[in-house]
Amino acid sequence: MSESTLIAPSLWRHPEFRRGAREMVGISLGIAAWGLVTGVAMAKSGMGVPMALFMALSVFSGSAQLASLPLIMAGAPIWVVWATASCVNLRFVIFSAMWRPYFGHLPRGRRLALAYFTADLNYVTFMKRFPEPRPAPEQMPYFLGGVVTNWLFWQVPSVTGILLGDAVPTQWGIGFAGTIALLGLIYSMLNGRGTALAAAVAGAASVLAYALPFKLNILVAIAAAVGVGLMIDHAAPWVVKPVEDRT
Amino acid sequence: MTTWETLLTIGGLALLTLLTRGFFLIPDREMPIPEWLQRGLRYAPLAALAAIVTPEVVLTQGQWIGTWHDARLFAVAAGTAYFCWRRSILGTIVSGTAVMLALRLGPGW
Repeated sequence: MSESTLIAPSLWRHPEFRRGAREMVGISLGIAAWGLVTGVAMAKSGMGVPMALFMALSVFSGSAQLASLPLIMAGAPIWVVWATASCVNLRFVIFSAMWRPYFGHLPRGRRLALAYFTADLNYVTFMKRFPEPRPAPEQMPYFLGGVVTNWLFWQVPSVTGILLGDAVPTQWGIGFAGTIALLGLIYSMLNGRGTALAAAVAGAASVLAYALPFKLNILVAIAAAVGVGLMIDHAAPWVVKPVEDRT
Repeated sequence: MTTWETLLTIGGLALLTLLTRGFFLIPDREMPIPEWLQRGLRYAPLAALAAIVTPEVVLTQGQWIGTWHDARLFAVAAGTAYFCWRRSILGTIVSGTAVMLALRLGPGW
């Protein structure tokens, strides 16, 4: 992968690279299980092993992949798939602003290359290690140790899941594990009455509007839930949290 | 979707990963986070996921499932119970999937 070309030996051998990797290994069980389930769900979606491998290695975003699968398989218009994935990925937009003080001084191409590899847990571990928002030389090796480890602990189980899932009989319905994974993600994002109500409205609206063509029920449901959420929103202070698995 | 449409969709999703993760790193000058984005962020990702998951659980071919002899319902109940107990996504996946497989392979629900 292009990752290896990003890493000079001086960074690779830096003690902070090991530290970044070690702190990611500690929480990697959850990443690996999530990757395995995503791989299995992709294999069971019927897109075929080569397409699933292409998706896993290029998209590299579990929640967006799992959310896109039912839409792709139902033949939803491409823009509906992209709009849905954009909503699921909105949290990364806010995280990107948080990375800015650390990486803003780098050239744009390098900033974007680093950004592509930053998953939720990289954000969690990095911000814990470097709470002061200013650049420091030990940040790059720590960051790279974390993203390389995260990439491996995600992609190896993900590819394994694709290959295993292809061998599992379809009537086992193992692809539904992907839906359960998204359910766990939803629960972890619930944060008070407002979010619970928004999730309930979205779920109900999506079912009621299911007969709409082009999977537009998804976008109708998002619009309804955001509308209801903003109506009951009393402008309470709000902190965007990464997806954190407290396993 | 045809193969080419699927390829285009996936290529676009990969680009979206890059654009969302890099959003505020694209411009050379620092930009303030607009207020609409902060507010929308509170609900949009959650809404998108709930909109995807709910029909997958309660509908079959666009119709209400109509029977409680469906492994999905018990899988969701098990996963939900586990999350309420331990607040763990991993445990939710494992318990829900285990219940689903047991019911599919046992009574064949």
